[in-house]
Amino acid sequence: MARKTPEINSSSTADIAFLLLCYFLMTTTMNQDMGLQRRLPPMPDKNQKVEDQKVNRRNIIVVKINSADRLLAGTEPIHVSQLKDKIKEFLTNPANNPDLPEKSEIEIEGYGPCMVSKGVISLQNDRGTSYQAYIAVQNELVKAINELRDEWSMVNYGKLYANLDEDKQTIVRKAVPQNISEAEPKDVSKK
Amino acid sequence: MSKFKNKGKREVPQPSSGSLSDIVFMLLFFFMVTTTMRETENKVVVKLPEATEVAKLERKDLTSYINIGSPVRHLQNQYGNDSRIQLNDSFKTVDEIRDFIAAERDAMSEADRQFMTVAIRADENTRMGIVTDVKQELRRCSALKIMYSARKTAE
Repeated sequence: MARKTPEINSSSTADIAFLLLCYFLMTTTMNQDMGLQRRLPPMPDKNQKVEDQKVNRRNIIVVKINSADRLLAGTEPIHVSQLKDKIKEFLTNPANNPDLPEKSEIEIEGYGPCMVSKGVISLQNDRGTSYQAYIAVQNELVKAINELRDEWSMVNYGKLYANLDEDKQTIVRKAVPQNISEAEPKDVSKK
Repeated sequence: MSKFKNKGKREVPQPSSGSLSDIVFMLLFFFMVTTTMRETENKVVVKLPEATEVAKLERKDLTSYINIGSPVRHLQNQYGNDSRIQLNDSFKTVDEIRDFIAAERDAMSEADRQFMTVAIRADENTRMGIVTDVKQELRRCSALKIMYSARKTAE
């Protein structure tokens, strides 16, 4: 008969595992990257002539931040906390005000014809603007659009935008587009 | 009272420590799965600005980081405390972003290149001037997908 092999002492495996654990705790990070995602406009071609921007005056709202982090939306100075409502009013244009952006009917695949605002938000900043103020403004703009998307999907699908499936989210994104243009750098302080 | 007499003689059996290693291994796997390797050493102080509408970054492996901020304290007597750009492990100028983006792009597979994201991790006290320069340079390199890193805060 085979002799019984003595059991291997396993008390040190815990120590080895602890050592490995400490190594991974030291060398890795746990932070998740969060942020505001954007697409930059492509660089204009040098050969191409600068085309006249055919955007109608009423379809554009200029948000300027100066070097003292003060905000100008359209023509009036404004506080960051008021910006969201102003943008929402600008993009929805509930009373069909001729000063606010026009809407056009476009055909959305999977949904049908839909009135979509032509409004564009143009964000301009100074070289001296602090990054914090810039992000705060960007955040308000995104918040305004997110709320509009939520409202739109609530009306049409009875759910919040985040709870919709992929196809419907695409439809909502087309119905409430995020048109934020980060303009070419300009010196805002000079008029 | 013989019930209590033999108390001193009995020995408590030693608790088995065999499962201890299993517990630690479980912890180990948890940390290995949830964390990522620290790739670079921060040479600039970055305190991210706060925002509420942040979205999570999907593909961390397809992201290149551009850190902007003032140098950490022990490097300040060498580099001053003006905002600087850090790419990988060293301070760089705006013009060197082009090479950095090209190198990052080369390291990716053909199919993944279109999903490449550049995360701008700028300190909240940075002036927009330097950020604008970086953005313009990124447009020139046609790295158009960017993300402004921010901390999520409750409303």
